[in-house]
Amino acid sequence: MMSTFLPRALRLGLFALSTTLLLPACSLDSKPADTERLPFLGEREVKPHADGSPADTVYATIPDFRLTDQDRQVITNQTFAGKVYVTDFFFATCPSICPKMQSELLRVYTKFKDDPRVLFLSHTIDPAHDSIPVLRDYAQRLGIQDASRWHFATASHDSIFSLARAYMTAAQVDKGVPGGFAHSGAFALIDPQRRIRGVYDGMNPLEVQRLLDDLPVLLKEVEADQKAAK
Amino acid sequence: MSWGRRLGVLAGAGLAVGLGASGCFTERQNESAKIYATHCANCHGTQGEGLQRLIPPLAGSDYLVKNRLALACLIRKGVQGPLTVNGVEFNQVMPPADSHLTDSQITNLLNFIQTSWGNQGEVFTIREVSEQLQGCGASDGE
Ligand code: HEC
Repeated sequence: MMSTFLPRALRLGLFALSTTLLLPACSLDSKPADTERLPFLGEREVKPHADGSPADTVYATIPDFRLTDQDRQVITNQTFAGKVYVTDFFFATCPSICPKMQSELLRVYTKFKDDPRVLFLSHTIDPAHDSIPVLRDYAQRLGIQDASRWHFATASHDSIFSLARAYMTAAQVDKGVPGGFAHSGAFALIDPQRRIRGVYDGMNPLEVQRLLDDLPVLLKEVEADQKAAK
Repeated sequence: MSWGRRLGVLAGAGLAVGLGASGCFTERQNESAKIYATHCANCHGTQGEGLQRLIPPLAGSDYLVKNRLALACLIRKGVQGPLTVNGVEFNQVMPPADSHLTDSQITNLLNFIQTSWGNQGEVFTIREVSEQLQGCGASDGE
């Protein structure tokens, strides 16, 4: 079941991505700023009610996870409760795209590092090499002293790769590419309900700018929802 | 020395007019700019700026001056272990170039680095580069 669901989710995700890429101006200009909302990416399920009342739409969410970060802290979905977070997949010895990608993510981090509503999470896709001391050294060399703001995390190989699929940031082992992993260099933006609200090509500064523009929009939405819930 | 500087100025002018210029120097410069963009820029940055304490800079790097004789082999074979650039210690892995670069491509690439982003290093001849590569058993004579 997983195996048929995931590729489909990915395709849908890419479709959603391409529509947002084509129509950014439309969604920005056509609505007043206070109702502006980011799209929901991934598979969605419409649940009709037996009594005929309007159906509920259930959006794809990030599954439960349990990772360990560079400070040896266990991190789970709970770590990000009530927060917005940006996530990606990398590895310390990546010969191709990672340095560029991580330098772009660092750019985003730098803008939001004093905003407690936004957290960062980088997963290693090479857990065999990237032990906790390696992750710690990497984070510090990147200039990240506070692990609670930007987690560099590891888990078993299988959990990492299935998470990468859930985040729609395709990562897989590929002996044919330099470094032994094919990976897309995507960043995903996740809301407090674990839903994917954006996927961005971390290698493309324009896409990263779109993430920088989307973050305040999502934060506003979260704030409005939290007020409404009170 | 002054030749190197002139090459740098020419290259700067070539970039400024946006790849429209022709001529031997600028074309060679364009080709090496492309090699740099394909093989090196993801790590060292489009402006040779490096990345924090993970990847050392090439712009203004004192390593280029102090280790001039080892640069061709470093590019062909990669480098790892602790290494100091402008007083900052780095300790990561630089892999060998991801596809084969000929001796002359390495020469052009090195000269691109020596004359870009404000660098005014002494340029290399292909002969010098081939000799360096022979020293580490890695010259291909091309
Ligand atoms: C995968 C990332 C990566 C790529 C690609 C890469 N380098 Fe490096 N480079 C490094 C790292 C990391 C070091 C420091 C290695 C260490 O710590 O021992 C380095 C060191 C150097 C140095 C010596 C230190 C300095 O900054 O002066 C030079 C010169 C250099 N690289 C040139 C190049 C050139 C030219 C290319 C393209 C052919 C290239 N590199 C491609 C990562 C990379």
